[in-house]
This record gives sequence, C-alpha cells and structure tokens, in this order.
Amino acid sequence: MANAYDAIVIGGGHNGLVAAAYLARAGRRVVVLERRERVGGAAASEEVFPGFTFSVFSYVVSLLRPEIIRDLELPRHGLHVLPLESTLTPLPNGDYLAQWNDHDQNRRELARHSLRDAEAYDEFGRLMHLMSRAVKPFLGMAPPDPGSLAPRELAALGRLGRQLRGLGREQFHALHRLATMSAADYLDEWFETEALKATKSASGIIGTLAGPRSPGTAYVLLHHYMGELDGVFRAWGFAKGGNGSVSAAIAGAARAAGVEIRTQAQVANVIVGNGRATGVALASGEELRAPRVVSNADPRRTFLELVGERHLPADFVQAIRAFRFRGASAKVNLALDALPDFACLPGAGPHLRGAISISPSVDYLERAYDQAKYGEFSRRPYMDIVLPSMIDPGMAPPGKHVMSIFAQYAPYHLNGGWTDARREAFGDAVIDTLAEYAPNLKSILLHRQVVTPADIERVVGISEGNIFHGELSLQQMFFLRPVPAWAKYRTPIAGLWQCGSGTHPGGGVMGAPGRLAALEILKESR
Amino acid sequence: MLTPTPFHPRTAPLCRSHAWRRWAGCVVASAYELSHEREYHAVRGAAALFDVSPLYKYRVHGRDAARFLDHVVTHDAGRLAAGRVLYTPWCDARGKVIDDGTVARLDEATFRLTSAEPNLRWLQDNAAGFEVAIEDVSAATAALALQGPNARAILQRLGDRDFEGLRYFGLTAARLGGVPVTISRTGYTGDLGYELWLAADDALPLWDALIEAGTPYGITPAGILALDVARIEAGLMLLDVDYVSAGRALIENQTSSPYELDLGWAVKLDKPAFVGRRALAAEAVRGPQWRFAGIQVEWDSFERLFAAAGLAPRVPLAAWRTSVPLYAGGEQVGYATSGVWSPLLKQYIALAHLQSRWAAVGTALEMEVTVEHRRQRAAARVVKKPFFDPERKRA
Repeated sequence: MANAYDAIVIGGGHNGLVAAAYLARAGRRVVVLERRERVGGAAASEEVFPGFTFSVFSYVVSLLRPEIIRDLELPRHGLHVLPLESTLTPLPNGDYLAQWNDHDQNRRELARHSLRDAEAYDEFGRLMHLMSRAVKPFLGMAPPDPGSLAPRELAALGRLGRQLRGLGREQFHALHRLATMSAADYLDEWFETEALKATKSASGIIGTLAGPRSPGTAYVLLHHYMGELDGVFRAWGFAKGGNGSVSAAIAGAARAAGVEIRTQAQVANVIVGNGRATGVALASGEELRAPRVVSNADPRRTFLELVGERHLPADFVQAIRAFRFRGASAKVNLALDALPDFACLPGAGPHLRGAISISPSVDYLERAYDQAKYGEFSRRPYMDIVLPSMIDPGMAPPGKHVMSIFAQYAPYHLNGGWTDARREAFGDAVIDTLAEYAPNLKSILLHRQVVTPADIERVVGISEGNIFHGELSLQQMFFLRPVPAWAKYRTPIAGLWQCGSGTHPGGGVMGAPGRLAALEILKESR
Repeated sequence: MLTPTPFHPRTAPLCRSHAWRRWAGCVVASAYELSHEREYHAVRGAAALFDVSPLYKYRVHGRDAARFLDHVVTHDAGRLAAGRVLYTPWCDARGKVIDDGTVARLDEATFRLTSAEPNLRWLQDNAAGFEVAIEDVSAATAALALQGPNARAILQRLGDRDFEGLRYFGLTAARLGGVPVTISRTGYTGDLGYELWLAADDALPLWDALIEAGTPYGITPAGILALDVARIEAGLMLLDVDYVSAGRALIENQTSSPYELDLGWAVKLDKPAFVGRRALAAEAVRGPQWRFAGIQVEWDSFERLFAAAGLAPRVPLAAWRTSVPLYAGGEQVGYATSGVWSPLLKQYIALAHLQSRWAAVGTALEMEVTVEHRRQRAAARVVKKPFFDPERKRA
C-alpha cells in the first residue's frame, strides 16, 4: 500500500508545527495530528471568559528563533511581536525597583537603589551578551555526541572546541562559572540591591523545581538572556493576540507549505514492526502509515505510552524513566474590570506595559522553593505578571483587562495530589499575595482561571506539567537531552523521531527543536 | 524620564528651537536658537555659556587620595599641586582607555575627577587598600562653561577678586555675584574659557548673575551643537563618538590605547605603578598601530566632486558623528569619527583614526564624501591638531 504521507507529526504544538512546516517546504507530504480541537499545545489563546482572551499557558515570546521567523515568514502569517518595556518589582516596604528598556531611564532608577549596581548593570549586560554569543552556536546545531568517534561527530566537536577556545580566557572562565553556579551566588558577585538580585535570579528558576541558590540555575539565567541577542528581531516580547497567535502563524506557514493539520485526532500508539515505526493508530481506530513518525510529545509520553517499553532497549527505558520533569509552575489568568493599582506606583502608567515580578528578595524566592521541596505549594509564590490587554487592547473588552500570572512553586508532586480544592487554594495564595501589592485586585476580579502542572498535563499532555518538556538542568541539556547518545532527535526505533522541547535545545517558545529535528530528518532522507 | 539639569528652569524658556538632546541621562539644549550658528560665533567672538552639568563628577578625598589617583590615571596626578587641574585618560589592565577627563586638586587631600561615563564602581574597585573615599557628586554639583574671548572680563565684573592670575589649567575658589564657586581655567572649546563648579542649589542665582553681568559682553547661552563645532576645531575627542570605552567594547578591535588616541603625552611611564602600565610600557616600545589625527579636506577636490554633479559644494555646518572611511592608495587606512565645516577657519576638518604609517602630518589621503547619493572620494591630508589654537587660550 502506498503511503499517503512521508511523515506523520504527533502533536500540533509549536515545535510539531515548525517541524512539519520545514519538512513540507522541502517537498515532503506531512500530516500533523493534534488531540485537542485546536493546535498550539501550550502556546494557545482561548476566550476563557466572554470577551477576554487568555494566553492560557505560555504567555510571552521569549526565545523564538529568528531563523524560524525568517524561514517560515511568520510575520506574513500574522506574527506580530510587541515589545515588553520594563520589569517592575514592587517591594514590601512600599518602594519598588524598575528595570527599563531605555538605558538612561534604567540607570536613573537603579542609581536610586545603588550607584554601583547602576554601573554593574551595564557590565553584566555586556558579559551576558558575550556569553550568549558564545553559547548561541550550540542552539543552532544538533548536538554532537562526545562519546562517538564518527568523523562527523568529531568534526562538530572540533568546531565547538575552537569556538570555546576563541572566547579567550576571561570569557571561558565566565562561561564555566555560569554553567556551574547558582543564580543567586553568581548575581551576588555583581549586585548589592536585593530586589535586583532576586528579580534577575528568577529567570534562573523559571519552570524548574530549583531555588535561586540551587547550583546550575545560573545557566538557566543565561538561557533566558539569549532571546535578547538578536535585537532587531525583537524576538522577546508579547505576541499580538496572545501566544496562540504564534501557533497560528506557524500553522499558517505549515498549511501554506502543504501540511495537512488534523485536530481532534488523538494518537493511541505508534505502530512498530521489526524495530521500525511504520505509522500511528488513532484512538478512533483509524491507522495512518508513513515511513517517518515525528513525535512532538515529551520523551516520557512518546516512549513509555505511545511506543511502549517492549519495543525499546532496557537501558533506554531506564534513562527515559530517569529524565526529570517535576513541573513546578502554575498559571493564574484573570479577567479584570479595571487596571490593578499598585501601591508602590499608583494609577496607570508605563510600568503596567511590562512585566511585574513578585520577587522582593532572594530569601523570598528560596523560601517559596523550600515549601515546594517538601511537597507543598508556596504560600507566598514567586510571580511573573503581565497585563496583555495593556500591550494589545484586543485581549479584553474596551477598558477591561486581562492579567497573566506565572506563579511558582506549585509542584506537580503535591502532598496528597492536586484536587479542585487545592487548585483553588493555590489560586487564593496567588491572589492574596498579589493583593498585598495591588490592594484593589480583589475588587476588580471578574473571573479567575488557575492552571496547575496537573492541569497542564491533563489538558496539553506534557508529563508532570513541566513547561519545558523536562527540566532545563545541565544534566539533561545538550548532548544529554533527553538521553545520552539519543540527543539528535533520533530514537532506538528506526523511522521514529522526536521534535519537542524534550530535545535539544529545550523549552520556551523557541521552535529550535522542531527546526533542528526537521533538518536532521531531511539530512537522513536525502 | 530624563533628568533636568539644575539650570533647566532658566534654559527651558530660552530654548526657542525646542531642540533638546540627551547627555548622560540629562536633557540639554542642542541649540537655543533655530540655528546654532550664532552660539558658535559667541565661543570665538564673545562669550558662550554652556550648561555642562551632566558631566560625571567624583569627589576623591582622603589621606591616600593623591596616591590613589596616581594609581588609576595615566598622567601625573600624584604630583599635581593644589589649585591645579590636569587632563588624563585612564585605562584597564590591558592599557586600553576606559574614559578621559580632568583631575582637579581642590586641596591637599581632596580631588575632583570628571568623566564622560559613570566610573564610580571602577574607581571604588581599584581603591582597595587606599585610604580614600570616592563619592559621586554628579547630581549635587552644577557646572557651567563660560568660553570665549570675553569670558575673563565677565568674571572680573562679577568676581570678588582678580582672575588675571588664574593660569591655564589653574583652579581657584571664589565668589561670583555672591555665589561660592570653584573656577577652573579649563574647557572643551580650545579657547579662553573657564568652568564654574558650584552646589546645584546655587545654580539659578549664578546663572542670573552671569547673564546680567555678561550681556554687555555678548554672553550667549549655547548648546551642544555649537560646542561640538568648537571641540572639533580644538582637536578634542569625545567618548562614544571618537572612541569606545574599553569597558564597553565587545571586541578587542573596538578598544584604543592612549597612544592610539594621541594621548601619549599624558602617559607617565616613569610613575612606579598604575593600572595598565605594563601593557602601555610594552606598547611605548613597540609603537602604536593606530594614531588619532586631524584631517583637512582639500577644497578644490571637494568642489570638483560637486561641480561634476552640477552642484555647488555643500559643507556640513553641524558636526557629524559617524564613521567615514579614509583611503590611501586605494586601500582603506582609517576612518574619521567627527567632522565639520569650520566657520572660522573656512576649512572642512575631521578627527580620524589612521594606521600609524599613514598618520604623519602632510600625508595625502582620500575621504569618502557622498555627493548626490553617490559615494565619492575627496582628497584630504593629515594636518596638525588642534586646528584652531589661539594664544588667548593660554595667555
């Protein structure tokens, strides 16, 4: 029987769509199978409350790769990234710390807290720029296998070695320290303003069950800086229409390239015969055949559920079981009758067009983590807040607003498990904490949606609700992601590929795994 | 928000052009009038009054203040007498310039350092082991530059004493119209001129007194556009325009040593130890690869390019601050970073970085000139800096 498709992509998340688009642009016949009624996975905009659109899960465009924007012509397919202008950290003492895009404005604000920090800020930014440049080539390549002696692997390793050597001593040392230290320790060497250290260290803990004092978090800090490198692409910001419009733009590009996208098409399992994937069986009983199956699902779901252990080598199964998810982040989405009024900066103002970070001190963040470490959610969580309707008025009815709150920690492995009551209790903790800084919050609240890691797992299908499809810790990065020796999107099953955030270079609405997987597939089938 | 300077209540109503610009996070006038021309001519013909408050200013005080400054700057700050000022760059350990500015010795144990960019953290980090306190007094200290041939006469009218004896790069405390100020005979125009340093709270009374006393002498509030023309004529460089701070540079090629900026005269290798000394001593032996030089565009060649397009020559009346390629023998051998038509000298002049072998005075070069959308090359040659150096500057 002739195959209708050259490739079947399981899952219509942004990476699945990116992979499909690249494959189709190379002339392949591709179908994307999405379980839900809409594509986008965790990059979805939904009208949860009449007239109010939420980016239900992911909420900013952080690291979307410029080459993808360019190759897939995403702006032509509707992507419009709006700038986020600032970060405001309200403080318990009624003051605040703001970080602004404008250099002079930023310096003036930081100098209010510490003249030294105002100067260190520029030096820190310069070093992060240099470090991002040093690491960036790794993002754009399929990771070479250091355990392999194949000429292609050795050549790639050699290129990376030269790249690292070219950094010079100062930068190489800095990179090594970033790769090994905790975000808090690293920032301690730079800054003295507590709220600045805390707010910056927060980028080191996002999506991870780790505290700012946990080793390895400094690297995640750098990971988040990389989106700022290609300044002209403005790849860091807020997508008009919410993050669903990122998915819609990619889906548009994919369709334009000939991709067939089927929603409400749940894959029950990958069909494996003689160690080779030959297609998928849908929950409906329908079977689709193709010589290549590309999974956008996370590694655990792909191998332990869709493929099945019996088709896989035991050590591989062990390694997949050991791949850590431990979702730690929740979303609280609010429909608001009016603007929140922050006690530290009353009224409307430019500070509401940027991020608002509840991260008054490193101790505050670490305490929030302490509770999660022992299976409780944080009573006073870390929060990263944006008001999408301030940036894109179309997100809410005129004069009304939506608020997106990313909150941590809400550990997947909650003592006693997540229930509706526990979910709402966490929602209460978020609202109560935020209301200390924005006293009118409760009186303007029209609707509240709380999304825990258990909800992310249930709705989007990501194991343990980890927003990165597996922790972004160094032992699961680069040539170790998701499993040593299987980091190049291939799997022990011939014809079965991975393209999700559980592969290199990991999560964030980046699209890089999808693109790199497609390029590897095309290399093989050429 | 940008910070208004202490003089803003006076400068704002004067700024009829509504042309403001940023300087070190402050807002200052580009030109008060619709054109900067008259403001420039006040510098050379009467007296121009510049608000230079945005300069960064550091008070360095303590038993080791002299030893400390000697340690961080390349010039002889340690031997500077009280009541004197010197100009100096300072470098990182690789001998690359971080910033440049003036060091004024206010008394035995107190100095004031000015800079173009913030330097507090760097200074404090290098102060370990010295008994010295470094304080950022940028906001608390207002500053005016009174520049031009009539500057002295205006001060005489207002001062509580005679300023004839205040020599070039000298410094004195005085009262002007009752306002306590420190007066240094310094400036950024290469003319007879003074800089006045005072408490920010006293800014308005001093401004009013100067305007009143200076009006018969043609005192003219002047903006950055006029200053830019004057400083190029004076051959004075500007950080972030003519060179990149070593602290900001992203690649080695963006950095410059003092020798490469023509500041070798301000590097005192006979000092025992200072930041960057080892690298600078090696470079002094080796000779710098680059030089910072004055360029003059040859009028006939320039005019011919325009004539060929059917146009009269069009000169830049306001200074440009872009990188313009310089060629010799068809190869690019350098780049100009600031240039302007000198209204006084009637010459098109520029400041430029040149590979050393092309930097000798008299060397024939070509400078890129865009004529009617086409890039052309006009003949130019290396000339001595400063382009304009009147006797009254030092007399």
